[in-house]
Amino acid sequence: MSLTRHDVEGIARLARLQVSDADLTAYAGSLSKILAFVEQLSSVDTAAVEPMAHPLAGEAQRLRPDVVSEGDRRELYQRNAPAVESGLYVVPKVIE
Amino acid sequence: MSFHTASIADLSKGLAAGTYSSVELTRYFLARIQRFNEGLNAFITVTEEQALAAAAAADAQRAAGQAGRLTGVPIAHKDIFCTAGVRTSCGSRMLDNFIAPYDATVVARMAAAGIVSLGKTNMDEFAMGSSNETSWYGPVRNPWDHAKVPGGSSGGSAAAVAGRLVPAATGTDTGGSIRQPAALVGISGIKPTYGRVSRYGMIAFASSLDQAGIMAPSAEDCAYLLGAMAGFDPRDSTSVDRPVPDYVAELGAPLAGLRIGVLTEFMGQGLEAETGARVREAIEVYRRLGATVVDVSCPRLPLSVPTYYVVAPAECSSNLSRFDGVRFGYRCEKPRDLLDLYQRSRAEGFGPEVQRRIMTGTYVLSAGYYDAYYLQAQKVRTLIAEDFKRAFAEVDLILCPTAPGPAFGIGAKVDDPVTMYLNDIYTIGANLAGLPAMSVPCGFDGGLPVGLQLIGPHFSEGRMLAAAHAYQRETDWHQRVPAAYA
Amino acid sequence: MTSETKWEVVIGLEIHAQLATHSKIFSGSATVFGADPNTQADLVDLGYPGVLPVLNADAVRMAVKFGLATGATVASRSVFARKNYFYPDLPKGYQISQYERPIVERGSLDIMLDDGTTKTIGITRAHLEEDAGKSLHEGLVGASGIDLNRAGTPLLEIVSEPDLRSAKEAIAYLKKVHSLVRYLEICDGNMQEGSFRCDANVSVRPFGAEKFGTRCEIKNVNSFRFVEKAINYEVARQIDLIESGGKVVQETRLYDSVKDETRSMRSKEEANDYRYFPDPDLLPVVIEPAFVAEVRATLPELPDEKAARFQSRYGLSAYDAGVLTASRELAGYYEATVSALPKAPDEAAARANAKLAANWVMGDLSAALNKENMDIASSPLKAPELAGLLTRIIDATISGKLAKDVFEGMWAGGGNADAVIDARGLRQITDVGAIEKAIAEVMAASPGQLAEYRAGKDKLFGYFVGQAMKATQGKANPAALNEILRKMLAGP
Repeated sequence: MSLTRHDVEGIARLARLQVSDADLTAYAGSLSKILAFVEQLSSVDTAAVEPMAHPLAGEAQRLRPDVVSEGDRRELYQRNAPAVESGLYVVPKVIE
Repeated sequence: MSFHTASIADLSKGLAAGTYSSVELTRYFLARIQRFNEGLNAFITVTEEQALAAAAAADAQRAAGQAGRLTGVPIAHKDIFCTAGVRTSCGSRMLDNFIAPYDATVVARMAAAGIVSLGKTNMDEFAMGSSNETSWYGPVRNPWDHAKVPGGSSGGSAAAVAGRLVPAATGTDTGGSIRQPAALVGISGIKPTYGRVSRYGMIAFASSLDQAGIMAPSAEDCAYLLGAMAGFDPRDSTSVDRPVPDYVAELGAPLAGLRIGVLTEFMGQGLEAETGARVREAIEVYRRLGATVVDVSCPRLPLSVPTYYVVAPAECSSNLSRFDGVRFGYRCEKPRDLLDLYQRSRAEGFGPEVQRRIMTGTYVLSAGYYDAYYLQAQKVRTLIAEDFKRAFAEVDLILCPTAPGPAFGIGAKVDDPVTMYLNDIYTIGANLAGLPAMSVPCGFDGGLPVGLQLIGPHFSEGRMLAAAHAYQRETDWHQRVPAAYA
Repeated sequence: MTSETKWEVVIGLEIHAQLATHSKIFSGSATVFGADPNTQADLVDLGYPGVLPVLNADAVRMAVKFGLATGATVASRSVFARKNYFYPDLPKGYQISQYERPIVERGSLDIMLDDGTTKTIGITRAHLEEDAGKSLHEGLVGASGIDLNRAGTPLLEIVSEPDLRSAKEAIAYLKKVHSLVRYLEICDGNMQEGSFRCDANVSVRPFGAEKFGTRCEIKNVNSFRFVEKAINYEVARQIDLIESGGKVVQETRLYDSVKDETRSMRSKEEANDYRYFPDPDLLPVVIEPAFVAEVRATLPELPDEKAARFQSRYGLSAYDAGVLTASRELAGYYEATVSALPKAPDEAAARANAKLAANWVMGDLSAALNKENMDIASSPLKAPELAGLLTRIIDATISGKLAKDVFEGMWAGGGNADAVIDARGLRQITDVGAIEKAIAEVMAASPGQLAEYRAGKDKLFGYFVGQAMKATQGKANPAALNEILRKMLAGP
């Protein structure tokens, strides 16, 4: 599987990564190499195999009682925020 | 007094006997960090003030008769664990300014046991790397040879322990990130069963593979500290509710009757000759000690690297979407619009290897490729887990090398991701199957340490630590310290 | 053929019902509406590095309740998946939802059509997911503010089959679901606050065509009326487009209630590739039969069951029963009213009383509530008070006509029925002598009409009734008045 610069552009856009023109070629090369390497998986017969999403097969999701345990800690949590106004996280205008 | 060559058991005894205080120990190791860290670059943040305060508190606790086995013992945390009020960078520019507002469960548990944290260790950016060269804070150096890598991603913890800057350090292991660096710097390191240690507060790389563990000179040291990390955590849905055994008490279990399976797939092609010779010598030690050694085969295990390099990037591409320059972390200068904010903050905040993995993961999950890559990898993952299951029907522990060879030169493999990825070929399988595994030093190859890996069935940490401990009673590889750090 | 008869409309609804839990679906933050921005967003809701989701038991319980109430299959094993996309109100860059294995599948609900027949609407699935936060645009120049209080609020997304054939059917179905979730007490149904939201997938195709037309998804419709208007607008737009040679493009459209139109959402235009995959932070949700049985035991009487009982027990028509059971509160009010009426001597009288109560609850009471934009729960007139008024109709203290005045007096705060009747002197005149006196005066004042009547012009009877009523200020008992008037007009 070989990726073109155009493919990389599309992937980078989905992943919200700005990739410079020069880097597009480099990523196209290294990503193609990685995909070529993982390609060997396609030769494995998995027709009757269940996919494994968790290492602990058979464990079930635990349920939490519906209790409010967290209070207002906005001031603390927003200390890490790059831009805050009136308690809101500020971003460039969202266009709907 | 040379505290740095003492074991955790020794330090525990010395503190209990009042031979020295935690403050003395803490000052001693802080001084070693001060002296050696510039050369190693093992720490991102040293928390001297908090460490001394914690040490004083530990001494006070002891004076009040409330000390536990580990009260006052100093360690370091990999900078992937959130620490309240202390920068938690994950080795990334993205989080260079990030002060965690909370403690990871591992951090809180160890603090509650009276363990003193000296600081946060360097690591590959977001734990993505096998050489510690992807860190925003620069590469970590191997104490045995500063021109060599310490392995990764827990390279800072590995180098700090190998140079005896700390008695032990936490690490995390997604595809070998505890075991491979432990092998490359000549220390012991254990990755427990998936679900044994809480992932809460450990910044996620690949959630279904990540597991925290401990790195220290010996298996015995690991046994002391693992008990303080492990246990059920209601904040982690994948944490297993199962009592934690006393790993120290289990260390004395006899080797006689233990069935050890040598993994044939990993003893041949790809393994460097000298490294292989050291592993075979270790096998002989086990035979001598009364273990039954047989060959076992896991035919699909060689597929673990390609499987991993689909599953881990897929999960990472999603896990790292939260770093968007909105609520925390790096934000680019003067974003033109929302898209620009996202694209530049992420491109400038993440290094190239992280971006490469995000893109790989984005691709394998995208429409049209999901089945061929991601779903197929999850199915092969099942086959790998089944191979292990079959093997464990025959043997108690699997034995193989930890890495194909000793530490390589800084910069030697950075240009070829696939070659770099293949360094994890022996360690990744345990992550895919969620199995506990550890590396113990078993000798040298060209003056550099190499490691022996033990892999066990789920929740067999006690038996594994005992087997490693038995080996370490017969050998002294784990006590070797690089001359400059002796 | 006109456009309307040539084109068949096909609608499927995706309803998002916020579940009425105290805490969020994956965190311990409160879900109360209207708090200060970001004061109900904890580390999990903010998507902080290192934190992990843990599933709220009551969110699961509520989803199961919905599944049982719609005759659906409750999955013994369901899976949470991540839906990946970037948006500022989505803190983690992915929404935890359910994709391939939802918790509820294959249910249905019956709706009543205008002609009184019922139609079964299929429910493809209902799955659990987390709500997003909100982007606010006021007060910030060139910027938006993000409030994540809503992020992580549990949602049940209820997806219908494309079984709906008109905006009217869509509304009937939407109201049915709205009523049901409130019956089940799993959602407060508040559409203004966004607790109950709806996206509509709308397409048209020529009648008889097998293949569906290209659909558009209309978002952001937050009232029953707007759902109807948005669908009608969209149907007309699509038909116009096709008939003028154009093609419908599959897209997401936003309904603008001010302009009454739908328009393409540019921000969602970009080819979305959500890259769903099972969330590795959450394990499969396993639901044991015992849990299902436990939830089943908590199910209330459901709207359809209640409507059937109203018909058999109170003799109400299907229509009346449907209206009165539209909400659990209304049905409760009605039954409380009926039970507070005096015991009827026989079954026929009991049914007449029940019908009287139905008429008043659906008529004057509902009209008064609508006028003041109130719901039944906040009615100033409680069921026993309305029953007090109806009792006076039943025992003939007042006429049905006068009762309307009494009702108004009561509504205006004039006290109970008897107090208003007394204060206004509205008790019916049943005294024969008084009625005879009034009639005699009317007869004396209308000699011409009297002569004509006696000459055979029967139609004038009504004239005398009116005059006599007027003379008694409407208080004469109508039956008594009629009887006496007929006798007196006939002459000695």
